[in-house]
Amino acid sequence: MLVRKRNLMQSALAGGGLLLLTGQAFADYALNMTPGVTPISKQIYDLHMLIFWICVAIGAVVFGVMFFSIFKHRKSQGAVAAQFHESTTVEIIWTIIPFVILIAMAIPATKTLIAMEDTRDADLTIKITGFQWKWRYDYMGGKDYEDSKFGFFSVLATPQDQIENKAVKDEHYLLEVDRPLVLPVGKKIRFLTTGNDVIHSWWVPALGVKSDANPGFINQSWAKIEVPGIYRGQCAELCGKGHGFMPIVVEAKSEADYKSWVQEQKAVALAAAEDPNKVWTKEELLAKGEQVYTANCATCHQPSGEGIPGTFPALKGSKIATGPIAGHLNRVIHGKPGTAMPAFGPQLSDSEIAAVITYERNSWGNNTGDAIQPSQVKAAR
Amino acid sequence: MSTAITHDEHHDHQPSGIMRWVTTTNHKDIGTLYLCFSLLMFFIGGSMAMVIRAELFKPGLQLVEPLFFNQMTTMHALVMIFGAVMPAFVGLANWMLPMMIGAPDMALPRLNNWSFWILPFAFAMLLSTLFMDGGGPAGGWTLYPPLSLQTGKAFPFVIFSIHMMGMSSIMGAINVIVTILNMRAPGMTLMKMPLFVWTWLITAYLLIAVMPVLAGAVTMLLTDKFFGTSFFNAAGGGDPVMFQHIFWFFGHPEVYIMILPAFGIVSQIIPTFARKPLFGYSSMVYATASIAFLSFIVWGHHMFTVGMPVTAELFFMYATMLIAVPTGVKVFNWVSTMWKGSMTFETPMLFAVAFVILFTIGGFSGLMLAITPADFQYQDTYFVVAHFHYVLVTGAVFAIMAAVYYWIPKWTGHMYDETLGKWHFWLSTVFVNVLFFPQHFLGLAGMPRRVPDYSVQFAGFNMISSIGGFAFGLSQLLFLYIVIKTIRGGVKATDQVWEGAQGLEWTLSSPPPYHSFTTAPEVK
Repeated sequence: MLVRKRNLMQSALAGGGLLLLTGQAFADYALNMTPGVTPISKQIYDLHMLIFWICVAIGAVVFGVMFFSIFKHRKSQGAVAAQFHESTTVEIIWTIIPFVILIAMAIPATKTLIAMEDTRDADLTIKITGFQWKWRYDYMGGKDYEDSKFGFFSVLATPQDQIENKAVKDEHYLLEVDRPLVLPVGKKIRFLTTGNDVIHSWWVPALGVKSDANPGFINQSWAKIEVPGIYRGQCAELCGKGHGFMPIVVEAKSEADYKSWVQEQKAVALAAAEDPNKVWTKEELLAKGEQVYTANCATCHQPSGEGIPGTFPALKGSKIATGPIAGHLNRVIHGKPGTAMPAFGPQLSDSEIAAVITYERNSWGNNTGDAIQPSQVKAAR
Repeated sequence: MSTAITHDEHHDHQPSGIMRWVTTTNHKDIGTLYLCFSLLMFFIGGSMAMVIRAELFKPGLQLVEPLFFNQMTTMHALVMIFGAVMPAFVGLANWMLPMMIGAPDMALPRLNNWSFWILPFAFAMLLSTLFMDGGGPAGGWTLYPPLSLQTGKAFPFVIFSIHMMGMSSIMGAINVIVTILNMRAPGMTLMKMPLFVWTWLITAYLLIAVMPVLAGAVTMLLTDKFFGTSFFNAAGGGDPVMFQHIFWFFGHPEVYIMILPAFGIVSQIIPTFARKPLFGYSSMVYATASIAFLSFIVWGHHMFTVGMPVTAELFFMYATMLIAVPTGVKVFNWVSTMWKGSMTFETPMLFAVAFVILFTIGGFSGLMLAITPADFQYQDTYFVVAHFHYVLVTGAVFAIMAAVYYWIPKWTGHMYDETLGKWHFWLSTVFVNVLFFPQHFLGLAGMPRRVPDYSVQFAGFNMISSIGGFAFGLSQLLFLYIVIKTIRGGVKATDQVWEGAQGLEWTLSSPPPYHSFTTAPEVK
């Protein structure tokens, strides 16, 4: 039924002639919403198609009458103008009929909306935080998921070269991340969304979820994914320069696969747990620092460290990146209030901050020679 | 304009040259100033749209930085809404209202002069922010905090220019109301007023009601940024979402401010070219008033995903769906006016008919957006971009163009070039659809709005849309040429101009005398 409706719509829309332009794969010309993989997304799709066909039907009648009139009642056809200009009966009829149609439409829409907003009895809760310009996922656990308690950032994985047209764009250009949000299928997942700096919006079309991430407030939404797979989405609320570059990838796994993924995360976390007293070599710091810089700093300060004049200051040769270490630590840990420079203290670990500062102080011609240790960061916090 | 100069003998003290335009208190001169200003802004805002469409021509970043792209989308909207569409309607009101109600001029001529002359300063200041440290505003025309508070040096200038635009609009609205309520010719009761006068009267009340709300909202942004208040800062006990509520309490009536006068224009033009009186005059008036009332209680539909209680979402959904009823009545009335008429299709009629069809398509997507669960998928996608460009470009802008073709023979005393007018119409209509129709598909397929770059799956329709955009933009140069050509000369227009034209403005000479009606006409 759904498939048939979709084909109908596609042929109806293709009639507009837009598909006559050939040369690219059909996939590039997707015309319609997809039904998605949750009960809600399917209901939304059905509502969307219902209201679409109602509009098509009304349009066919109104435009049909209008074009008949345009062809028949024209002066060049010898038409003589009638002089009627009022009919209370007709006015009442065409007030009541649309009203009835609207009520018929409002009933299923109300049912779906109430179901969408019912976030009770969730199996697993995920807290989603929007940052300029990345997402953080915190697994908050749930009744059968006591060990799902950890969190990580999820950052765009598309290389800068592809964005700057220096390399061929891959299939999931701008829709790929380093660490996807992994969820079990068949469970009611509750999402708590909030923002760290400005308003973002977490949107995955296939899940039928779009939830604004407002700083200082928490929004609730939910999804029960029915089919394992990878589902992609994007930030849907303008959040500044990197708004187009903070995608969302959700990987839905079977219960067993999800459980083993959780165990892996624990093992990885254990292995990554650092000895706070370890002394890092400068080379280690520089290598790690470059990764941290690319994921967190390069959008504004640019991979070249030159920033964008007037908007984002250069780090190359800057007073902070070449001046006293204490000032540099302070700026990275606490940010600069009133500007787009966030406080990275809560976002990054001691070793990450130590690495990125070392990187900044020894790149692009900055040659302080400093190698900052995690213990120094800890002391500065 | 030469037309008015010939009547200068009535005014011994009138300065000539540039000072005539600076000091003028004449409704026609001020109308002309508004319309020329609006056309200039239309091209400035349009060139920003060209930058946007050029960057979106294919995936990847090629022409502009993402931050500059965001400045373009923000400024395009501010310039088009406050600089092009609103002043165009005020210009038409200035020219036509006194002539349609049988008055010599607007009621408050000096206020009229002032409300126009604020605008060039407001927009010079707004546009100058593009050259400031940190660039112009880049947080979207909706100025949502906290993002808008990240604007650089431009911020206070943007806020002040919005204040100035608001002052100009409010003064213009006061003038319209005072003129309509006090200066109608004897015998012209309210229910005999032309529909354009009615829709403007209602629009003026909307302006007075909501422009101060906008001023309040942006002032709170200003104090949040510079004076330590926390209206919209959660850390200080405020709420960023409160801004959205206040903004859209202004924003939704604002949408109708930009479309109600267009309804009025189309209600003048269709009867003229169908040679048949407007069907359902009184229901048109009541429908306009209902739409205006409903516009105050639907603002929440701009923010369904923001996290409102389900009861609020239901209320805003039902209220929004209700708007379809009076809007439907208007469309049915226009079609019934055409029915059994004796129609001809000169350029104004072509634009008016295209308005009815394309605005209705925008209305349909509006109805789809009203369905809250579906809106969760549409919100902030190109589906919304397609929707509001159908109602604003093929709605408001097409109506303004229809009005210019309809009344320019009256204004200048010259007929425009009909062949060129038809060319302009067909080029605009074809390409505006190539431009905006594919954006419905992009939105449904999942492309967010306000992004400088997009995934490869959206490449096809973006390229088509950009091609349509460039062609639509170029077609408007033809409009400029036609207008200039008509001002400079052409076939002499009769007083009646159009065979089926009814109303007081057609009883005056073409061009009309400097002081429209020096003795009030009698309306039976």
